[in-house]
Amino acid sequence: MASSEVHPGSEPSRWAYLDRVRTRPGPFTNPDMFNAEGVVAAMEKMKVLVIGAGGLGCELLKNLALSGFKNIHVIDMDTIDISNLNRQFLFRQADVGSSKAEVAARFVEKRVKGVKITPHNNKIQDFDEDFYMQFQLVVCGLDSIEARRWINATLVNMVDEDVEDSYKPLIDGGTEGFKGQARVIIPTVTSCIECQLDMHAPRAAVPLCTLASIPRQPEHCIEWAHVIAWDQEKPFPQLDKDDPEHITWLYQKALLRAREFNIPGVTYSLTQGVVKNIIPAIAATNSVIAAACCNEALKIASNCAPFLGLPDDNYMMYSGNDSIYTYTFRHEKKDDCPVCGQLARDLPVDPAWTLRELVDSFAARPEAQLKKPSVRGEGKTLYMQSPASLEAQTRPNLDKTLAELGLEDGQEIGVTDPAFATVVFKFRLRFKQ
Amino acid sequence: MTEIVMSQTPPILHGPSEKERKYDRQLRLWAASGQAALESANILLVNSGAGTVGAETLKNLVLPGIGRFAIYDEAQVGDADLGVNFFLDDSCLGKPRSQSLTELIVELNPDVEGSWYPNEGVKTIESLLADSPLFTVIMYTYPIRPEQLLQLETYGQQHKTPLVAIHSAGFYSYFQINLPGAFPIVDTHPDETATTDLRLLTPWPELVAFAEELTKDIDGLDNFEHGHLPYVVILLHYLQQWKAAHDGKYPATYKEKTEFRKIVQNASRTNNPEGGEENFEEAAAAVLKTLVSPSLPSGLKEIFEYEHSDPAEQRSGFWLIADAVKQFYQTHQCLPLPGKLPDMKAQSKVYIQLQSIYKAKARKDAAEILQIVQATPGGERVDPAEVDLFCKNAAFVKLINATGGRGSEISRADRLKSAAAREFANDETAALTLSPPSLLPIYLALQATAHHVDTDDNNSDGSSLTAEAILSTIATQVPGAEEKERVVQAAGEVARAAGGELHNVAALTGGMVAQEMIKIVTKQYIPIDNTCVYDGIGSRCQVLRL
Repeated sequence: MASSEVHPGSEPSRWAYLDRVRTRPGPFTNPDMFNAEGVVAAMEKMKVLVIGAGGLGCELLKNLALSGFKNIHVIDMDTIDISNLNRQFLFRQADVGSSKAEVAARFVEKRVKGVKITPHNNKIQDFDEDFYMQFQLVVCGLDSIEARRWINATLVNMVDEDVEDSYKPLIDGGTEGFKGQARVIIPTVTSCIECQLDMHAPRAAVPLCTLASIPRQPEHCIEWAHVIAWDQEKPFPQLDKDDPEHITWLYQKALLRAREFNIPGVTYSLTQGVVKNIIPAIAATNSVIAAACCNEALKIASNCAPFLGLPDDNYMMYSGNDSIYTYTFRHEKKDDCPVCGQLARDLPVDPAWTLRELVDSFAARPEAQLKKPSVRGEGKTLYMQSPASLEAQTRPNLDKTLAELGLEDGQEIGVTDPAFATVVFKFRLRFKQ
Repeated sequence: MTEIVMSQTPPILHGPSEKERKYDRQLRLWAASGQAALESANILLVNSGAGTVGAETLKNLVLPGIGRFAIYDEAQVGDADLGVNFFLDDSCLGKPRSQSLTELIVELNPDVEGSWYPNEGVKTIESLLADSPLFTVIMYTYPIRPEQLLQLETYGQQHKTPLVAIHSAGFYSYFQINLPGAFPIVDTHPDETATTDLRLLTPWPELVAFAEELTKDIDGLDNFEHGHLPYVVILLHYLQQWKAAHDGKYPATYKEKTEFRKIVQNASRTNNPEGGEENFEEAAAAVLKTLVSPSLPSGLKEIFEYEHSDPAEQRSGFWLIADAVKQFYQTHQCLPLPGKLPDMKAQSKVYIQLQSIYKAKARKDAAEILQIVQATPGGERVDPAEVDLFCKNAAFVKLINATGGRGSEISRADRLKSAAAREFANDETAALTLSPPSLLPIYLALQATAHHVDTDDNNSDGSSLTAEAILSTIATQVPGAEEKERVVQAAGEVARAAGGELHNVAALTGGMVAQEMIKIVTKQYIPIDNTCVYDGIGSRCQVLRL
């Protein structure tokens, strides 16, 4: 098998190692899907979108450029901060303050001859479906669940069963400390990010009364400064979590409160960590996860080996805390997924709840995580967050109970959220006895 | 406390330094102590073959600020390097690869020093090892010439230097850590949820008195106080009642514990506006997890039973403390208390009091152990902070490569044969247990090419590396393995790559090796023992002891 012919592209000696593997079948290659002569040209024609030019994004751009992709776009709205330099290896001290997407694109283009990288210093929400339709693959290195959900919903929405090119495989990576995950989503075919949402449950919020009157942990003092003291004293017009002066103000407040209650452990670093919800990140883990993602990208683009997504496994979990452990498995698609499923999801509720309690509960539910939900009943608007006139009109409903609003056991409601403009989350009310 | 409230002087502020800001995201993982260890490390990479996995590993170590590195690499930069290695560009063609790599990697972090070999003054590995300050860890990539490997191994044994072997080709890779002896880790960073140790079945007098005081008139408490009793206090109170009704015995079986949980649940007040009490819910939820008798975790048991072969090792701080903890355990039938109290619903003042009762007991236990340590010859040199750290983590302290010092009489070749027998036997039942097949075939196929140095010529097509040649090498090492289907497939896959690297696989492997290097250098988290095999086709890893 190894003696079969290599089918190189335009620079055979430069890409010798890659071409040996991508243009020759191996023992696991599916011959029905593999076209040895066409691989190089097909990959050079592909457009790949990278979302995020941070810790994972820098690695993704490097890896894709060295995987034989020639046309890459990258979206990132952030600028470079000094705390990026311990892992975002395309940036230097002198780049602090510049656009991540632009600096990263320029660096990789300069280092890897023949690759074109188009930077977009934007939010993903700035682009419409026409923009996303031009790509054959989307690879995400994001730190926010919300952005992942948005691009996932967009790509699922774009699927047209009759158009093969409308299925855009989404490869998503994420890391925290020594741990991470890489997953492949074929929209509407495999389980999607929304199906998998409960694997990333939001951190339980500390009850307001604990912050207000019975703090016990340094984090409670910091949250108090952040949520309560800041609003009372408004030391600056708008809290900027990246402004050291603002963090210092919160730290001082938290420290005084901690002393009042004899609580040890408030530090500047912890204050910053709590307020910005900082997730520890290192180069090594980003290297593992981004490479796992791009390895799938290469396999999907070339068919030179089976990839995650079809037919079996679609998810790889990685943990390096205690030895090295990977768990590669198939996450099942959910029929009641609000994005890619058809069915309404059961929602256990108490008929004595007010609508406000129902609305607030969507933020904490691991499978919903909606921060600004608007709710419609069958043929009836229950509560709308916007526009302001409709909000005012529906606000009185918030204090009525579900029973008073005429909602019944088994009834379907639709929930929307400005973070996911196109998605209606369908729930079926299940009254608790 | 009053004094502090009265004082209006603003607290002294320690804003982060420039360096703390740069390293913020990693200091949250390994703290200043880990960073200091990293910064004083001096590592050597002996690079060969396609040469990317070594460069990617170094990138991941230079970025977090490893002290210094040296690269030994005899290759000149060729065309094929530029399609796989990010730390080389067109301007490097024809130059020594070690020089170009060093220049483009050291640029990632001005805090790091890098040097390259061979050069005018130092021409061989032998002279490099002889002339350099001590290396903390040595990494080498395959393929490597046997005589060079021997030089590295000899150095490793002489200086007790860990060696890391790395092999990446096509979709496959493995790396292997060769530690010079037993490798203990105290700061293992267990999951927060695993570390709760409340000693509810063996409370000490101060804790008992505190709980009794708060609950002596539990039914007479007003709703606010009743609803803010810490769950630790609630459980201690009802445990006393249970004992009184059960011949002085605690709930021990699962049935008894669920029965006890019911008692706690029923004690919750429901005639309040909330219709229940959160602290009682917390108490009920904690019953099964916290009502456990003290036991000796397997990691610590291994340490207590460890037999030293090296007297110098026995006199190290770690082992002196371990012996003292063992003595403490024999006396008290429990480990020193870690002293951490999880958050729970409670009034601030009550929680802080309870917290200080746990802390005081932890300090007392640590002081007792320090006393034992200091009474041992050599113990006076032990840092009390080291004792504290050990006591806090005692249940999670771990020994890696415990048999490394002694088991070496079993040859590497025999270990491989017995591992193969075990893995192939597992594979027979893998389908039934739904577990994925062993990755040992990948290791066998790769290491059959470990010394295949003639293909490191960048422009060779590697065609001399055939699947047949790989299988016949495997047959000499593990007779019979060459007939297994998975081994034949792995050989085919390695032959396909013909010694060439895929960038992604090299980057992924370089990430894993860097994680392991960080764990070894900082002595934090738990390194692999001892071989990690990666399959880029199935997208998974397996750790094997080989």
